[in-house]
Parts: sequence; C-alpha cells; structure tokens
Amino acid sequence: MQASPDASPAAAASGRGPSADPPADRLAAVAAGLEVASEVHEQVLGETPVLEIDRFNLWYAGKQALHAITMPVPHNKVTALVGPSGCGKSTLLRSVNRLNDLVQNIRITGDMRLNGDSIYDPRMDVIELRKRMGMVFQKPNPFPMSIYENVVYALRIDGENSRAVLDEVCELSLRGAALWDEVKDRLHETALGLSGGQQQRLCIARAIAAEPEVLLLDEPCSALDPIATGKIEDLIQELRGRYSVLIVTHNMQQASRTSDYTAFMYLGRLIEYGPTPEIFTKPILRETEAYVTGRFG
Amino acid sequence: MSSEAPRPPRRLRSAHSSLAAHGEPFVWLTGGAIAFAIAMIVGLLAFIAVRGAATFWPAPLVELELSDGRRALGEVSGRERVPAVDGRPACDRTLLKTATFEVTGNHFEWFDDRAVTRTVRPQWATAVERLEGGRFHGVPVRLVRGETTVAEGPERAWEEFRRIHPDVWRRVREALRIDRHDRGALQRQLRAARLAVVQAELRAGRDSPAHAAALAAERTVAERVHERSAALDAETARLRDENAGWGLEFEAAGGQKRVLPLAGIVRAWQPNRLSPAGKAGVYLARWWEFLSDDPREANSAGGVFPAIWGTVAMTLIMALLVAPFGVLAALYLREYASRGPVTSAIRIAINNLAGVPSIVYGAFGLGFFCYVLGAGIDEAFFRPALVADNQPTFGTGGLLWASLTLALLTLPVVIVATEEALAAVPNSMREGSYACGAGKWQTIRRIVLPRALPGIMTGLILAMARGAGEVAPLMLVGVKKLAVDLPIDGTFPFIHPEREFMHLAYLIYDVGFQSPNSQAAKPMVFTITFLLVAIIALLNVAAIWLRSRLRRRYVAQQF
Repeated sequence: MQASPDASPAAAASGRGPSADPPADRLAAVAAGLEVASEVHEQVLGETPVLEIDRFNLWYAGKQALHAITMPVPHNKVTALVGPSGCGKSTLLRSVNRLNDLVQNIRITGDMRLNGDSIYDPRMDVIELRKRMGMVFQKPNPFPMSIYENVVYALRIDGENSRAVLDEVCELSLRGAALWDEVKDRLHETALGLSGGQQQRLCIARAIAAEPEVLLLDEPCSALDPIATGKIEDLIQELRGRYSVLIVTHNMQQASRTSDYTAFMYLGRLIEYGPTPEIFTKPILRETEAYVTGRFG
Repeated sequence: MSSEAPRPPRRLRSAHSSLAAHGEPFVWLTGGAIAFAIAMIVGLLAFIAVRGAATFWPAPLVELELSDGRRALGEVSGRERVPAVDGRPACDRTLLKTATFEVTGNHFEWFDDRAVTRTVRPQWATAVERLEGGRFHGVPVRLVRGETTVAEGPERAWEEFRRIHPDVWRRVREALRIDRHDRGALQRQLRAARLAVVQAELRAGRDSPAHAAALAAERTVAERVHERSAALDAETARLRDENAGWGLEFEAAGGQKRVLPLAGIVRAWQPNRLSPAGKAGVYLARWWEFLSDDPREANSAGGVFPAIWGTVAMTLIMALLVAPFGVLAALYLREYASRGPVTSAIRIAINNLAGVPSIVYGAFGLGFFCYVLGAGIDEAFFRPALVADNQPTFGTGGLLWASLTLALLTLPVVIVATEEALAAVPNSMREGSYACGAGKWQTIRRIVLPRALPGIMTGLILAMARGAGEVAPLMLVGVKKLAVDLPIDGTFPFIHPEREFMHLAYLIYDVGFQSPNSQAAKPMVFTITFLLVAIIALLNVAAIWLRSRLRRRYVAQQF
C-alpha cells in the first residue's frame, strides 16, 4: 500500500517550505505535508458524473495514503489517473470497488457515490456494489477454467444458468474485447493457454460481461509487450463512449492517446484534473507540465 | 588514498578459496547425499523385489547322500560357512528344505558338506504342496484308488495323476466353497431370523402378534435352512465320495513309502524335469493362487486375497474420509481465520499431532470409535444381537473404525499440504473474483479450490502412503489374523463396514513373527512385503496421474 513518506507535521511547523497562498512549488509543499488545493478544470465539472469522489481520505496502518480526494468521473468517458509510483492511484481505484476492504488496518473517511448511491454507506451490500463495476488488473488473472466460463463468471455467480443468455453475453463481451475472432473456435478450452495479451483482453471481456456502470483498469498494459499493449489501447478507444472508464497508467503516451480526461496525482493528493489535451499541452500548473513531459517523476 | 602508484591487481589467496567460490565440493557433498539416499532406498526395494519374486519359482530338488547312509531330498534354501571349532576344520554347509516334518519334526535341515558323499537331481523327484501339513518331497511310485493300483512306476503314475488331479481338485474346491461360504450364508440367515424374534420381543413384548409372526417366520427360515443344509451335506458328501480312495504313493528320500490322498494335494510339480516354460507355468499358477485365494495353514500358504482387499478398501475409505475433513479444516485456517496467536497455536498443534505415536491413535480409535460410538450404534440399532448373543456389531473393531482411525492419523498431513496449496493460489485470482462480485465462498469453491486441487492431491498421496503401511493402530481397531468374509458380499445389506478384515502389513508381522514355522514362512514375508509395496506404489501412481491431469487443467502456465 502506498503511504506518504515521512511528511511530518513537525517539518511543516518548523517553517521549512513555503507556507502561505497557492505555493509556488506545490510538489514541495505536498512533500512537506501541507494541504494544497486541487486545480480542477471547468470542463470536468460540466460533465455528467457517473462516479463522484467526495473528500476521500484513506489511512493505511496509521499513515495517510489519500488526502481529501474530490473528483467527479464523467459518464461514458475515459479518465486516466497518472502520477509517480506510490502516489495512491491504485489505492484510489481499489477504493472505488472497495477491494481495499480485504486489507487489514485500513481507515477511511469521506465518501464516493456511484450514480448517486453512496459506496461507503454501511447499508451498501459490497457484493452487489462490485457487480455494478468491472475491474482489470496489472497482471492478467484469468481463472483456472475455460475461456467461456471466464467470460460469464460474473453471471454464473449471479445464478444465471440459461445457456442462451450466457452464449449471447459471451459472444458480445468477447467481441467487445476484440477477442472473439481469435478464440471463437476454442471457447471451451482452458483460458490459461492464451497468450498474455489475449489473457488481458479476456479479463476485459470478463469485466464488461455484466454491463458495468464503471470500468476500472489498473495499469492493464504494464505486463504486456508493445504489440499487445497497442491492441489493448485500441480496445480502450473502442470502449470510449460506451463505458465509463477509469484507468491508472504510468505511460504518458497511453494516457494522452486513450483518455478524455486526465488526473495528475502526487503523494496521495489530486494536483490537477482536466481534459487530456489541456493537461498535456497547456496545464495550469508548471508541476503538471514537468511531470507529463517527463522532466520529473 | 593519496598514493599515486597503481595498485597491483588483487591475487587470489589460495587454491582453496577459489575452490570454495566455485562451489565444486558442495556439488559433490549434496550429490553424494542424494546418491546415498537413493542407494539405500533402491537397495532395500531391490532386495525385497528379488526375494519376494523368487518365492514361487520351482527350485530344483536335490538329493544328498550322506556318509552315514542317510539320504535327504529337498530344495537348497541357504548356504553358510561354519567356522573351525574344536579342532574340526571350517567347512560349508547347506540348508535343505526337506519337508519331512512328519518323520523328523523339521521342515529344514543343515548338512555339512564333508558329510555329503553324493549330490544328484533325481529326474522324478516331485514337490507336493498339500492342503494341510506343508510341503512333501518324494518320487511317485504308483497311483491307487482304494485297494486297486491304477498306474505303476513313476512315469505312468505321474501321467495318470496329471490327468485325474484337476477334476479331483475342482471337487475339493467346490466342497471348500460350500463349507466356507454357503454354510456361512445359511448360518447368517438363521441368525437374522432369530434376532428378528428377539427384536419383536423387545419392541412388542412376549406373546404379542408381532412376536408370534416373527416366531413363525423363524420356523419357516429354520425349515428352509435345514432343507438347504441337508442338500449341501449331500452335495459335499457326493464330492468327497468321488474323491475318496484316490491316492498317489510316494517314496521319500529315506525309502519310506507314503500314500498321499489326491484330495489333499493342491499342486505337484517335478522341477528337475520341467522346461523353462513349464517352470514359468508353475510360477505363474502359484502367483495367481497367492493373489486370488484365501490363506491356508496359519497364513503361511495359499493366497492373501482377503488381505489385499482389506488393505486397498481401508486405504481408499481412509482417503475418502480424510479428504473432506482435512480440506475443510485447512480452508478455515487459511481463508477464514484471522491471523493471530490463536491461529498460530492451532497450526503448531496440528503439526505436533503428526508426531503422536500411531499406537496412541489406535488406542483412541478403540476407546472412542469402538467403545463409545460403536456401542452407541449397537444400543440404538443392533440391540437384539447385544441382548441375545451378547455380541457387539459396531462395538468392536472393524473396517469402518480402522479407516476412521487412520483418517485421524493422517489428518495433519492433509491439513498441512492443503494449507500450503491454498497459500500458493495467487491473490490476484481471489481479487479478480471479488471484483466480479463473487462472495467469499463462491471464490473459494470456483477459483481457489480447483486451483489448489493438485496440491491437495499431493497431501492425499502422502496420507495414503503413510496410512497403507501402518500396522500398530490397526491391531487394536479391527485387523485380524484371519477373516475370509469380506466386508462386501451377497448378503443384505451387501456392505458390512463393521466386519473385521485382513491387512497386508499386519500379515507381514503375523507370518514373519507369529508363525510356528518361521523358516518356511520367510519367503512368504518377502512376497507379502513386495506385494504391499507394489500396491502402495500403484495407489500412488494412480493419484499422481490424477494430479497431473488436474494440474494440466488448472495450473497451466501462461506464455
């Protein structure tokens, strides 16, 4: 789990680092443990949100990993989370479908809303919640069963056993994940025999099979070669407009190529969040520009 | 730091340090360890296999003429050197299986080489395996039926014997089958009817209609059994009559004549005349008898089929019992229990259980399964037998209790192996399943268990190997020296898990160390050991095959 480095309050109190107003160097201020406001572009606020993250804080083993994240995720758009390692991108993503519940020693304040439903409401059934989302992980993790069963897994555990329904969902999802033509003749063979890139597309098919309200992609290309990466990126382009996608990536080109909006995070804070072209060409903050052009991070 | 002169390159300190760095001595050390281990194991197995496989080979019969005029006929079964004693020089001596128990009181005899004046292999020397009394060695002289001589001289007598004996032996076996199994079935019918009467009396009271009906039913059964029994008597009498009178007269090495009834001869062969193919035939026939028949003569002859059956059945039932318990326990420990001192303590306790002496499990099995559980079952369901015969049904050792005891014994092995297998399932798979909206149990059943199955199979293989070779606890919970009634047969309810059974490992102990004729039983001990090792290996190979299939299906590697 990402935890902020030793940004002790004592360091801030002792007067080191800038203190007042919008600090000249926000990254230094963040590193010094100061709270800084996020720069959120107007266009983002104009979109209909599918997911609203509202002053979300997360502590892991007593250390704060996410600091008052407030960001809307637009409906049917691709939103990229970028930032250096350990900045809390993955933690934020895993907080959306409450996978962090499985981790011990976690404390959370604030809330998130999925189409208006509070995710962290104590009355929210986490199993039902996760059925409304799909998630794809860094390393392809196909289940030890056939390709077909992998795709319809979410429906199976939901009790759907009608062959016709399952067949249709399987084909639609595999077509949606641009995998149908490659595997249609071996749907009932083990999924473990697929190549890495195919496995990752299978995981995407699995994630979209249950028609998720939001699709969470956690660095989906980090374990793949460039050709497989290209296929996944093309796929994300195709998903744009049909699914609300929240993608974590380390790859700036990937973020600029595939996403509509980009959020830059640093040490558990949201620094700047806006339309991708603006973030990459004329960001409000120098720090963002420094990061996306590779001069820092 | 400041010196300007270039430093000379560092030299290796010694050849010794270079050797250590390259690590060659350690290759030899580790390789030597594995070579030693393999040599020990292969040596043991080869020894057992050679001795065990040789038991049934028809060895030549040798006749020794001694300087005092005596003669002895038998198989050479050992040679050793006698050291010089009291001025007599050292010499070799031969152990001969003379099979002259009736005459000399010994099955075996040592002969000093210096006392032997002549060694021959008589052409017509015959080894006879008898139904009772062990082996007999001699030369056939004539075949008789009652007072009349049917064939005279070794060649004709042997020919006639070979022609007649199969029919005689078939009738003997038929009579034996009737005595052992058919009569037993009748006795069981009679007992069931009698117990039904007791049951009716216990339930409805004496002189109640139910009691009267049961009594009437018992009378019918008794009549039917009586009739059937008389028919069996007539049948066996007919079979024995047909066999009566047939005899083969032998001349033993000492010159004494002796008539062996044909009905008492299991098999006879003339090893000195047999071709290799003929020897192989005798060899295979004896193996077949060993594998398929009931034991004879205090288990030192005949077959071990009931013991094979008991060993395999007990091992499989044990595996069936231990698998669900072990897997469920491991699932709780690994998937549900929160990490903490209590979980660690339980884990350590389970590991320690693996070190408890097996006899302790046997005592527990006897005390709890037989005397508490079994007695409870008897009290609830088998009261008539308890009241009328004072005979426990489940309240004593039996196949079920033995399997349960061994399941308990092997439980730690399965739990530990399953826990390892569960720990080896990548967390990414669990997370993927949760992210799809699966619950904990759905994830375990659909993702974790299939993926861990090969590892669980490894635990079961270890458990089976351990359980199949165990003797001490079995002696307390149901293994018997002789139990030819298998726990599965044609009488209702067909499966009798309460019956006592035989077990190969116990048979090794019994034949090897409790036999009155241990010298003769020695080859049998090797053969039984060989068979037990082979059966365990076979069970393991089957399980390993299953595991590799599962592994291909669930754990195939990517790329």
